[in-house]
Amino acid sequence: MKSLILRTAANYLLPLLLLFSVFILLRGHYLPGGGFVGGLVASIAFVLHAFANGTESTQKFLAYHPGNMIPVGLGIAIIAGLFPMLFGEPFMTGLWLKDPLPVIGMVGTALFFDIGVFLVVIGVTLTIIFTIAETTK
Amino acid sequence: MLTAVLSGFVMALVFGWAGRWMRSTAWTLTGLFPTALFIYFLTFLPVAGGDGVLFSNSWVPSIGVNLDFRMDGLALLFSLMISGIGALVFFYSSNYLKGHAHLHRFYGYLSMFMASMLGLVLSDNLLSMFVFWELTSISSFFLIGFNNNDPASRKSSMIALAITGGGGLMLMVGILLMGYLGGSFSIVELLHQTDVLRSGALYGWIIFFVFVGAFSKSAQFPLHFWLPAAMKAPTPVSTYLHSATMVKAGVYLLARLTPVLGDEVYWNVTLVSVGALTMVYAAIHALFRTDMKSILAYSTISALGIMVFLIGIGSRESLLALSVFILVHALYKAALFLLTGIVDHETGTRDVTQLAGLRRVLLPVALAGLLAALSNAGFPPTFGFLGKDLIYEATLNVRDWDWLLTALAVVTNICLLWAGWVVGVKPFVGKLPESFENVHLPSPLLWVPPLLLAVLGLLFGLFPVLISEAFVGKIHQSVYAASLGIPGLKLWHGFNMVLLLSAVTVVSGFVFYVLVKPSKRWESMLKRLKYFAPEQIITFLWQSFERFSSKYTNILQYGLLRFYLMIILLFLITMLGYKFFTGVELRFDPRLFTGITIYEGVIVALMFISIFLVVFSRSRLHAVVAMGVVGYSLCLLFMDFGAPDLAMTQFTIDTLTVVLFVLVLYNLPKYLNYSNPPARFRDSLIGATFGLIITLLALEVIQEPLNRETSKFYADNAYLLAKGKNVVNVILVDFRGIDTLGEIIVLTVAALGVFSLIRLQIVTKKNKS
Repeated sequence: MKSLILRTAANYLLPLLLLFSVFILLRGHYLPGGGFVGGLVASIAFVLHAFANGTESTQKFLAYHPGNMIPVGLGIAIIAGLFPMLFGEPFMTGLWLKDPLPVIGMVGTALFFDIGVFLVVIGVTLTIIFTIAETTK
Repeated sequence: MLTAVLSGFVMALVFGWAGRWMRSTAWTLTGLFPTALFIYFLTFLPVAGGDGVLFSNSWVPSIGVNLDFRMDGLALLFSLMISGIGALVFFYSSNYLKGHAHLHRFYGYLSMFMASMLGLVLSDNLLSMFVFWELTSISSFFLIGFNNNDPASRKSSMIALAITGGGGLMLMVGILLMGYLGGSFSIVELLHQTDVLRSGALYGWIIFFVFVGAFSKSAQFPLHFWLPAAMKAPTPVSTYLHSATMVKAGVYLLARLTPVLGDEVYWNVTLVSVGALTMVYAAIHALFRTDMKSILAYSTISALGIMVFLIGIGSRESLLALSVFILVHALYKAALFLLTGIVDHETGTRDVTQLAGLRRVLLPVALAGLLAALSNAGFPPTFGFLGKDLIYEATLNVRDWDWLLTALAVVTNICLLWAGWVVGVKPFVGKLPESFENVHLPSPLLWVPPLLLAVLGLLFGLFPVLISEAFVGKIHQSVYAASLGIPGLKLWHGFNMVLLLSAVTVVSGFVFYVLVKPSKRWESMLKRLKYFAPEQIITFLWQSFERFSSKYTNILQYGLLRFYLMIILLFLITMLGYKFFTGVELRFDPRLFTGITIYEGVIVALMFISIFLVVFSRSRLHAVVAMGVVGYSLCLLFMDFGAPDLAMTQFTIDTLTVVLFVLVLYNLPKYLNYSNPPARFRDSLIGATFGLIITLLALEVIQEPLNRETSKFYADNAYLLAKGKNVVNVILVDFRGIDTLGEIIVLTVAALGVFSLIRLQIVTKKNKS
């Protein structure tokens, strides 16, 4: 794991892959992609970084334990589900803005739900992998 | 009405969270909340006759669960009892448990219990009634185990939960059967389906399940033993749950369903025999106790037996007696329990053999005890006298067996008189022992509630008109038949058989009281017989069940992952193999092979090679990499067949799996040959068979004509309803969003599991080293 090439490549790939994962997340509603895959791609980005630089530096880079992303993601997903109830609609009815936003496209509760899924997946994957990696030391 | 019922749950939250910072005076004021409910329910007095008033609220209409509340005579009586006695208990506890560290929890549970009980008696929908029914079990579990530092307290609350909760599950089956046969879960609508229900082949099962539910809740023999055990609860809880409210839920249910299911020979015979057995058995049991609460517990069981017995007789007179007796019992029993609490609180003992002469120091309490005991004894002119007369009138009017039933009722009443007298009068008469000379009268918050209840018992007896118009007639209408007129209640019926029996009961009861004193000797005598008690038998049954299941678990799950895998595969092979063997005709079309393209062939070949590498490789790392290749090949297949979403997910998941495997491999020894050739042979055989079966299954599945309805629905509606063009994603986040929500919760749990298990290991290792 001490390869210079890998480390340099990983440092460049990390932002690129993260950007790509957000791209996958956003395009999910119209083209192949979505929160689940997006989350996995983002996790892979971090795992790659961890392979090149060691888990400790990745965790330092993240500043917070990835497990913190789980409640945030769950919260976003649940709020996205509860939100329509403010307007008297049943739980998890999709509500949408009338006009699409530039770049992002149509914005609705489903998108926020997907963002929640995205965060939970990153949190879960990284928590599991980092915890297991810790035992190998 | 919805607000009235559910407000208790809100209050429970308020008490539970904010209660920590409340002062003791504030707790006294909480009693105003049930008082307000009581007053609110009083306003229904003029309108609750006949069919009552219906309040509909839809909840889950798609499966027929609605929060429909009906206020009729029966519901009115119960809701007044729940809120009225509840208010007294709220006031009483604020002093009784003053300064307790967990008072906020206590009030939280109490409000939750009150709200569930109100929901239970007011629900017109059987399913929502069931929800409240189980909520009463759960909140009573909290209340019984309130002193959770005490193991006995914990055990008794577990027993209570097991019995009443288990009975509730049986009730659920009965309810589902009724709803299925009657076409509705509304009690009022089921009234029109009574013939369908009573004549159906499932009638026996329905009443069996309903009976188990009601008997477990109302402590009927042989499921009665949880109630005396539940006396570990603080006394206000015993008062509220075990005399006035929860234990009457079973009686309530039976009374409520009498117009629907009753008036049938099985119904009547079962209830009469179980009720009679319970009332006599428990009444005699009460004689062998010296603890005031135990005596009261058994006399409560006996009274519940009388109620079930009266429902079983099912005549006009008996149901009238029932409606009076429910109230009679609630009044005197709650008073007796509350005064027991005072005696216990002030003297520190509940042992009747030691208590005496307390009237000198606790005069108002003694007065309450005397009045309650008189009402319990059925002494004229108390309300109890009226109740007892009506019971005798009911038993005498039964066509067959009237003498036997009357005799049983008389015996029960004699024992109950004894019990009431021992608790309500004995501690207060005689010479005051020196040790109790310092006892002084507590705050009025404690002694006013029992006195009030006891005085009411006298008042209703003197002026039965107060009750007959307001309640009894209306209850009678709701249980018996809505069209009937209201029977009047009178204190004096003239000289007749009933009066003679009443006199016999009272006189022999007093003689009995003078002759027989509660003593430790009797109590210890009973202990020798405990091996025959239903409690022992049921405990034995569940212990053997536990032993059986632990043995069975040891055989099937002895801790080796590969063994679990083998069992799962063998099970699937057996089930699927059986199905193939019996029902499925294998059709194999060789023409299918002609459609294979060169890419597919190459991918499959790649997979084959990797699988062989996985199985025969001598290095774990090789095996893992080869497995990754299998996964990636599968992605390619998905791509080829036009499922890019699936391929992407599979691709990323596969990557992460390989990473995980490599990480885990670090922890394993470098190389070891764990299995021997026979084991390998066995495993390969199982693996190959399973593979073969899955292949056959896949072949069968593609033979079936495809049903395109579902996919067409999604394809058509994805953009219309959810504004998305990618059907897979639309299904995930919109159409089946709740599934996804569930899945991310599962993922969270998995992550927490891995984190805590492995973290724990690391921490313990560190601590050791």
